[in-house]
Amino acid sequence: MREIRSTPARLLVADDNKVNRLLLARSLELQGHRVAMAENGRVALEMLGREPFDLLLLDMEMPEMTGFEVLEHMARDAQLRDLPVIVTSSLEGIDHVVRCIELGAEDYLPKPVNPVLLKARIGASLEKKRLRDQQKEMVRRFATRAVAADLDASGFALGGKHVRATVMFSDIRGFTAMVDAQPPEVTIELLNTYYTLMFDAIGGQGGVVNQMVGDGLMAVFGAPLPLPDPPRAAVNAALEMMQMLDLLNADHRKAGKPELRIGIGIATGEVVAGYTGTQDRATYTCVGNTVNLAARLEAHTKEAGEPILVDGETSRALGGALAAKTLGTVEIRGRSQPLEVFAVVA
Amino acid sequence: MSPAAAIDSPTLRALQDTAGTEFVSELAATFLEDAPRMLADLRSAFEASDAERFRRAAHSLKSNALTFGALPLAARARALEVGGVASVRTQGGDPVGELEAEYARAAAALEASTRA
Repeated sequence: MREIRSTPARLLVADDNKVNRLLLARSLELQGHRVAMAENGRVALEMLGREPFDLLLLDMEMPEMTGFEVLEHMARDAQLRDLPVIVTSSLEGIDHVVRCIELGAEDYLPKPVNPVLLKARIGASLEKKRLRDQQKEMVRRFATRAVAADLDASGFALGGKHVRATVMFSDIRGFTAMVDAQPPEVTIELLNTYYTLMFDAIGGQGGVVNQMVGDGLMAVFGAPLPLPDPPRAAVNAALEMMQMLDLLNADHRKAGKPELRIGIGIATGEVVAGYTGTQDRATYTCVGNTVNLAARLEAHTKEAGEPILVDGETSRALGGALAAKTLGTVEIRGRSQPLEVFAVVA
Repeated sequence: MSPAAAIDSPTLRALQDTAGTEFVSELAATFLEDAPRMLADLRSAFEASDAERFRRAAHSLKSNALTFGALPLAARARALEVGGVASVRTQGGDPVGELEAEYARAAAALEASTRA
């Protein structure tokens, strides 16, 4: 059975003060992370150069090399530039905080560090790092060496083309009400767990998540990476997403936490696809009627009372392999003609 | 008015709750081992009028005192950190000696309340 917990991260704590170092490491270990320690900035940089870390917790006042110097060094190093840094310090004065942020630190926590705040900040920073890693991975996966070089040179502009693909939209039901009813760190943790599970299910079927907005996501199957059977991969991913959600909800029931409900819409057809963005942020984008239709179907799951809805194209592509029931033709907002809609039976 | 407690028990208890009583005992022992070096550093920086070393030593003491809830010690250390060696020296008296005395009081209380 799959473990439902956010993946433990590898963290580095840099602090010259032994009491601070030990206490911070202890707090992080109790949160399930793996922790290494460095007693000054120079040692921290050596360790960062030797082995991969997910996040650095950095004290400012250290002998041999201060935290400020570490930040300056990291900003110049392409390998370390994107590593999130949370500064922990009890330095007096707001100008220190400002300087840290200007030097690229992700966040600033005053010492003694509040464990609850620490957990929330670490969760948020790790999530951001995961997104950045994902974007790098997308560049790596989508671009051949020549294209990658071209992208780098041209500042990320890739001509669009028509491709046939299956598009999926998914969204958490009633999430805003849930957000209002619980502490922010609980919401962030929940989103992290949720996204980890959904990315797993989608990635496992060869799909690519190319948009995340709040509690919603968009995924594409069959582009830019060709897949033998994109409609089937998308439906399989949707079914797996529902299974994962069941596991998560079983966990939540035990803990007395609210359960999550999602809606998924899937449509197959031609999309206009391309790589868009800037040097700092780029994404593989798909637009067109098929994309709109998938979004509409996702929205329609609420009225239909069915978690997974697919269009006629997807249903036909799967033939008899899909356990689906027809909901007949449905008026979909933004469409002049009523459309055939099918509910996938889990 | 009775003097403020050398160790604020709610702060120490909260630390024990989140990090574990046994761990906090070890952590306190680490502090009691390291602190005399910081105090000696503070003393020698004071006598040499070494502003940077003075500020750092006071800063470290303040930081650790806050962790264990040694609030009066933290307040004295902070006053030295923020004041700076020059102004502290001008004010006269024996501020470092007073801080050392407060440390002795905090160390005894910390040892008593974290003893296994």
